[in-house]
Amino acid sequence: MRRRSRDLVPPGPAGCILLALCLLGWSVLFLKAEEQSHILVYMITSGMMVLVAALSGLHAGISATVQDNELTWDICLILVMLALLLIFCDDHYTLFLLGTIMIYAVTVLGLNVQLGCAGVINFSAASFFGIGGYTAALLSGSGLPPLLALPLGGAAAALTGCVLLLPMLRTSGHYAALVTMAFALLFRVFLEVSEWFGGPQGLPVPPLNLFGTDFSKDAHFGNLDVSFYVKYDAVCLVLLCLVFSFVRRLERSWIGLAMDAVRSDETASACFGINIARWKIFAFTTGNLLAGVAGALYAMMLGYISPANFAFADSLLFLSILLLGGLGNSWGVIPATIFVVVVPEKFQVIQEYRYFIYSALVLFMIVFRPAGLLPRTSRHYFGRPA
Amino acid sequence: MELFLQFCINGLMLGMMYALVAVGFTLFFGVLDVIVFSHGDTVMLASFTGLGMYRLLEFFHPGLGAGWVVFWVLAAAVAVVAVLGMLTARFIIMPLRGAPALNTLLATMMFGTALREAVRLFFPDGSNPKPFPRLLPDWSAQFGTLNLRFDNLVLFLTGALIIVLVHLLITRTKLGMAVRASAQDAEAAQLMGVNFRLIVLVTFALGSAAAAFAGVMNGLYYNEINFNLGLMLGAIGFSAAVIGGLGNIYGAICGGFIFAFLQTAGVAAMPFASAYKDVFAFGVVIVMMALRPTGLIAEQSSRRV
Repeated sequence: MRRRSRDLVPPGPAGCILLALCLLGWSVLFLKAEEQSHILVYMITSGMMVLVAALSGLHAGISATVQDNELTWDICLILVMLALLLIFCDDHYTLFLLGTIMIYAVTVLGLNVQLGCAGVINFSAASFFGIGGYTAALLSGSGLPPLLALPLGGAAAALTGCVLLLPMLRTSGHYAALVTMAFALLFRVFLEVSEWFGGPQGLPVPPLNLFGTDFSKDAHFGNLDVSFYVKYDAVCLVLLCLVFSFVRRLERSWIGLAMDAVRSDETASACFGINIARWKIFAFTTGNLLAGVAGALYAMMLGYISPANFAFADSLLFLSILLLGGLGNSWGVIPATIFVVVVPEKFQVIQEYRYFIYSALVLFMIVFRPAGLLPRTSRHYFGRPA
Repeated sequence: MELFLQFCINGLMLGMMYALVAVGFTLFFGVLDVIVFSHGDTVMLASFTGLGMYRLLEFFHPGLGAGWVVFWVLAAAVAVVAVLGMLTARFIIMPLRGAPALNTLLATMMFGTALREAVRLFFPDGSNPKPFPRLLPDWSAQFGTLNLRFDNLVLFLTGALIIVLVHLLITRTKLGMAVRASAQDAEAAQLMGVNFRLIVLVTFALGSAAAAFAGVMNGLYYNEINFNLGLMLGAIGFSAAVIGGLGNIYGAICGGFIFAFLQTAGVAAMPFASAYKDVFAFGVVIVMMALRPTGLIAEQSSRRV
């Protein structure tokens, strides 16, 4: 029985394409649904399908097919995303949702480098996300090309993070957790009271402008309206692909190995000549850089930022995504982000209760399945063991 | 001069409240080596329990004497929060004993968020600040322009009394000896016949009860409570415990007063920018962490509580 359901997924590229088509059809159905009852039915059915797949051993076939044909699978996923952009090209709301997913995923990937790889605790991911956003807002009067806001936002976040390096390196464990926590609270209060940053009202952010196309205007091709969010989503997709492959390569490289060693045992890795401080600094700065870039893009897509978006609760939200997906597993980040971002937006009934539900969910997860939904697997440098 | 004294009184009141919260953090850390971040939200829950009890009393016994009202409000807050503390220990902290420290921290953070959200969503009109009744007589003595309120004095003395009682309980009684023994070495304590699980529950009940006083005190002092105050109080209590050196009760008390001093000094020194007081206080905490990575009174592995 187990064997047969495993073989239901054809191995090789054909299996990937089949899976991608199923995924595309399902997402279109889900995103098109408006009635709350339909959405509930879709969610319950998805849950059942995941459960059945997990129990019958089908998931083993799926993951084997995906791991054997990673390149095909990546291309298929990008094509699915592009197809979604085409199908929903006049639907502002859905497109904004897709963009948010991709931007959040980039931030969580940054967090994954910090916490999942090097074990550096960061309770202020939303603050670094916010620093990127505010950089984009403050650059509006400078006359620099708006695209520069992305690298500058990342650089600003990384540089601000350097202020925390000394206390972070000198402390460990709970004491280190306090440093970033204090920073997150400090940052939020600072934004609220600072006149220069617009106080509680926040600041407007100029739209992105690339190759002379204004990103704040809709495009028209004949009688087809194309929402301006399509352009942002395209940029998000490029960013996500770049960051994802960067993080995957980082994990696989000797840098990732060194960071893993630092995370699992500082004393032992120091004995093997690994410079602990260097890799902690590297991981922390890289993660903040990614959060900053994502924040700048998010601010431009939103057109407006206020301190309310960068509270401590949002940092916890990013951490929840990472833990739900599975600490250290980049692939887990994507479904977890989709779940956390899309479900409350589509299923409006729980919108009000979302922080309550997430916190309870993550609490159960930590107590009963600490490795997350898709636990990290060990590296396979030379093909998959049979 | 009067202004200075007024600042001193404010600082002392705040410091007492923070110290009560920090004592809980440091007790839990001493016994189980964990940070229970939901402790701040426990304080918030105590305030809301007190308020709920007050409303119940108002509804069922409108003419009850003020003394009894205070008693029942405090009793309800202490009872609910102590039970909550024990449940936290039993179902969140104990199952995670073998897990990395970060997991416990995150789990309690999530639990705190759940508590916060539960109060916001399920307390009637919980998302808005609630007025807390003035339960103590509002006598005050006027010295020049300095206004010394009677209820502040009562709150301060009660807080001090509780800290002294906790201290005596830990240092002078057999139960306290068992707590200290568990803090030093759980296994050895068990070999000496200490019921470790029971001691953990007692410690959590004790720490949470101290937090309940802080919560009611907070309501009485500000006359307003908010579902959100737990996050700030939790962070402040954690900072205070860490500044003092985790696991050390005296350190926690000092830390509480130091943090209150920082906030008050921030207001006093920069009256033009009093809104920055928390920025200033947390900034100093970060700098302090860089200078003294394990607190002012360094954590000792042999003796914690």
